[in-house]
Amino acid sequence: MDAFEKVLAARDTNRPTGLSFLNAIVSDFVEFHGDRRFGDDPAVVGGVGRLGDLPITVICTEKGSDTKDRVSRNFGSAHPEGYRKALRLMKQAEKFRRPVLTLVDTAGAFCGLEAEERGQGLAIAENLMELMTLRTPVIAVVTGEGGSGGALALAVANQVWMLENAAYSVITPEGCASILWKDAQRRDEAAAFLGLTAEKLLELGLIDEVISEEDGDFDLVKEHLKFQLTTAFKILSALSDEELTRQRYEKFRTMGVNRIC
Amino acid sequence: MLRKGLFKKPSNELEAGGEHGEPAPEAPDRLVVRCSSCKKMIFDEDFRSNQMVCPNCGKHMRLSGRRRILTVADPGSFQETNSDLCSTDFLSFPEYTEKLDAAQRHSGEAEGVVTGLMVVNGCPCMVFAMDHRFMMGSMGSVIGEKITRCFEEAQQNKLPVVGFTVSGGARMQEGLTSLMQMAKTSGAVKRFSDAGGLYICVLTDPTSGGVTASFAMEADILISEPGALIAFAGPRVIEQTIHKKLPAGFQRAEFLQEKGFLDLVVPRKKLRGTLYRLLSLHRREDGGYGRI
Repeated sequence: MDAFEKVLAARDTNRPTGLSFLNAIVSDFVEFHGDRRFGDDPAVVGGVGRLGDLPITVICTEKGSDTKDRVSRNFGSAHPEGYRKALRLMKQAEKFRRPVLTLVDTAGAFCGLEAEERGQGLAIAENLMELMTLRTPVIAVVTGEGGSGGALALAVANQVWMLENAAYSVITPEGCASILWKDAQRRDEAAAFLGLTAEKLLELGLIDEVISEEDGDFDLVKEHLKFQLTTAFKILSALSDEELTRQRYEKFRTMGVNRIC
Repeated sequence: MLRKGLFKKPSNELEAGGEHGEPAPEAPDRLVVRCSSCKKMIFDEDFRSNQMVCPNCGKHMRLSGRRRILTVADPGSFQETNSDLCSTDFLSFPEYTEKLDAAQRHSGEAEGVVTGLMVVNGCPCMVFAMDHRFMMGSMGSVIGEKITRCFEEAQQNKLPVVGFTVSGGARMQEGLTSLMQMAKTSGAVKRFSDAGGLYICVLTDPTSGGVTASFAMEADILISEPGALIAFAGPRVIEQTIHKKLPAGFQRAEFLQEKGFLDLVVPRKKLRGTLYRLLSLHRREDGGYGRI
């Protein structure tokens, strides 16, 4: 698959959504609602559950399973209250030193009137700051679309993984092509240049692991993911709070440094 | 003589460079300019002596990063840091090298942010000021790195940070590395903030995208100029998403203040005085600031 084919694969409505991964990976899941400030955003699902024996906090973006569900979840594009709910649950996880798993699959933070009015930029900014110093292990997995700031707001983590055909990008290929060449049709070219595939991002040092999609056998992918997450959380949980936050900070601190002259 | 393109309106506000606001350093002297807001012809000299604020309608034109610093710093106090950092085209992105060259020529700067140490009426602080003339202040690796270093140096030197933002968002020519600058700068602000450092940010027209969603909004005190556009998603993107026309004044500084997202809207003329008052209110007798 070329870069744009991967973008299409990541967006495919037949691809398992966040909740499908969550339900396969986490048992005894109890969903928590609301940001305690404004409301409850169905585009973001979060709560507590077990990864094997380990109690964890898990947060995913959810695009919805059928048309009605998709509409009610705004196709997985969160409003500020979604990011604030996520932050509330992360802070709660920190309090109990429960590891945090985020599953990211979003076209991006919602670009709407109410979202702006309620501080979309600030909501994302606050998550970036707080995640950076969260005193508990954090792993983020981009399972489908990693849409810019709306994805990053859930992905400042000790480990950032991507599924083989996921696409993590600063801008959609269509948006990029339309700004640069005033022609959204040249989206496949843009996708290639943006370097948004898991393979390329691993090479650039921006993600830590690529998860094989096992030729589309997602039951197997989920099983593998569960096993890898269990192992990784075991290793991270042994680190002190200081080691965890330092490792996370230093990882992001170096990004882009070797791109400067 | 009228400057060529004087009456040409930029097609997109976020893409507008030096067309209105401060001219490029190599631009020929112009006698009169037309205010982009009230459309009145104004003597360029009057514009300049009024810090590029229209003497007729009060419209605040854009200023370069360096000019921003000079309008608030004590004369001769600014010492630039990390001025030699330049971007590279590491993704071999089409026309990026040419755009960087053009931006350097157009702005006379190496990159889209100027950082350093300044003194405001006797109060020393670190400063960063972004530049709209450099690819509309889009944030790539160099901007991320310079701003991160600015906070690190402020922490080492026990100084506050005053920032001026202007940005169309992340620099897509650097792909996901540019997005990661949001995380990197946010981490630096958080560390500085946890250490007790004071950070004042002046969000200028326009501040949007990844810059709004990271260090611009993360200050202790948020200030803007009258009429400045401050957004996560720009007005055009929202209108395309929701297929509706946005109400007048939407995402302007006054609107954000009303919604509770800005502390102050300060006219340019009063900014130096406001910054001095805020810095001095945080300054201890021994010269330190806040908890650092």
